Amino acid sequence: MKLMEPDGGEDEPFWTAAGDGVLLLPWCNECDAAFWYPRPVCPRCLSDDLGWQAARGTGEVYAVSVHHRPGMGRDADDGPYAVAIVSLPEDVRMLTNIIGCEPDDVVVGMAVQVAWHELSDGRQLPLFEPSP
Amino acid sequence: MTGLRAATAIVGVAEAVSPTGELDQRGLALEARMIREALADAGLAIDDVDGLCYGGNPSGMAEFLGIHPRFLDGTAVGGSSYELHVEHAAAAIAAGLCEVVVGVYAATPRSDRKRSSANSGPRRFGAPPPGMAWEMPYGLRGPIGSYALSASRHMAEYGTTAEQLAQIAVDTRRWAALNPVARHRDPITIDDVVGSAMQASPLHLLDCCLVTDGAGAFVLTSSARAADLARPPVYVLGAASASDHGSSMTQMPDLTTTAGAVSGPAAFATAGVTTADVDLLMGYDSFTITALLHLEDLGFCAKGEGGEFAADGKLGPGGSLPMNTNGGGLSCTHPGQYGMFLIVEAVRQLRGEAGDRQLDGPEIAVAHGSGGVLSTMGTVVLGTEATR
Repeated sequence: MKLMEPDGGEDEPFWTAAGDGVLLLPWCNECDAAFWYPRPVCPRCLSDDLGWQAARGTGEVYAVSVHHRPGMGRDADDGPYAVAIVSLPEDVRMLTNIIGCEPDDVVVGMAVQVAWHELSDGRQLPLFEPSP
Repeated sequence: MTGLRAATAIVGVAEAVSPTGELDQRGLALEARMIREALADAGLAIDDVDGLCYGGNPSGMAEFLGIHPRFLDGTAVGGSSYELHVEHAAAAIAAGLCEVVVGVYAATPRSDRKRSSANSGPRRFGAPPPGMAWEMPYGLRGPIGSYALSASRHMAEYGTTAEQLAQIAVDTRRWAALNPVARHRDPITIDDVVGSAMQASPLHLLDCCLVTDGAGAFVLTSSARAADLARPPVYVLGAASASDHGSSMTQMPDLTTTAGAVSGPAAFATAGVTTADVDLLMGYDSFTITALLHLEDLGFCAKGEGGEFAADGKLGPGGSLPMNTNGGGLSCTHPGQYGMFLIVEAVRQLRGEAGDRQLDGPEIAVAHGSGGVLSTMGTVVLGTEATR
């Protein structure tokens, strides 16, 4: 699996924590709630009083598509692989890949937990795998 | 919005679609030809035009055409832009901002493949969308992957089957068989669809729209002015739009319900019609799931029941709810932004000019566009003199 690298900006804490195996979520201190994806203002209230908080690291598959032909950023011979939206208990949804099982075995409602994939620059990218 | 009902009418349309999927012309020349043909259809001249809708830079297009519009709409939200153009132009004319508006679209992705990249069409995407950096690594294939996720959720939540989705492709192909310019006209079966190559589960190749060249234009004017023109006016009875995310499916509140659940009822209310009044649904079919969601969100059936609703073939020729009588994006044409063709076919059906596929005296047609990845919906309710 070859993954394209996110172009990092003001997200250093995210990658530092990821290196320690901790999934951080952007957090609005006004709403006292998480949001996803990271951005400079809260998508609920537009506050810029933001921080990061650790996610529990668990989730549930909300939707899944096994890609038989790869999308942008993947090698032409990559696949099939499972692209999923995972619902986190922190009330956000993330786009991700499910690894650690056959792609066709991933089903909506499946309990998953965060897993990590090392990018070529050494950063750890969050993915998800079936919960034990 | 009460002022919108029947304040304006589409008085001219044009379309360039080829059974080969390719057109000889491209770019500004093709767009200008569409405008010329739509104006000729209306019995109007370019000097009559004082408003322009164009999903590129409308002032640049106006300069190219040599017109000086007092209304410009550059709304570019993907495939539904043309429904939004009709909505905005109708409101502008109703408010007295302008009197004759043309809208145009052309794209030639199929024949562009054979040309050098330097020659590819004029419409390019701008800056990458804001969430893209966080989603790129996961290899979501655009645009099909986003629709596949929606279909996955719909199946899990409501038990919708691949065969039910396939029926939409089958019925759309039955319509295409009646349209001489449709790209694919040979009949297909449910087995053909579910047996075609899996692209991004649960969507197969034949769940997906085509990639063809195509172009079209419309002319919209006040209903008063429309009365004196060449063709029977097709009145804009209602129009509305709504958007609930941009490009990230993680931001869509519910992957089984689109913003059409907002735009549809709003447009129907303005028009004073219900789903029972609709004789033709032109429902944007980028994928089979796209069309299925429209059936539910516009209220033709309850949420979750779209698969069962479509399964009996009622959307095809002779059925109780004719949908996409031109053969749709699935079998007729899809140059990337299909919304213009919804409008042109609806107008032709209401004017009784649809040849072998002509419906029996339709009086209400709905053009419902979907832009982005199920992101921005535009609903236009069109009617004849009888339903004005």
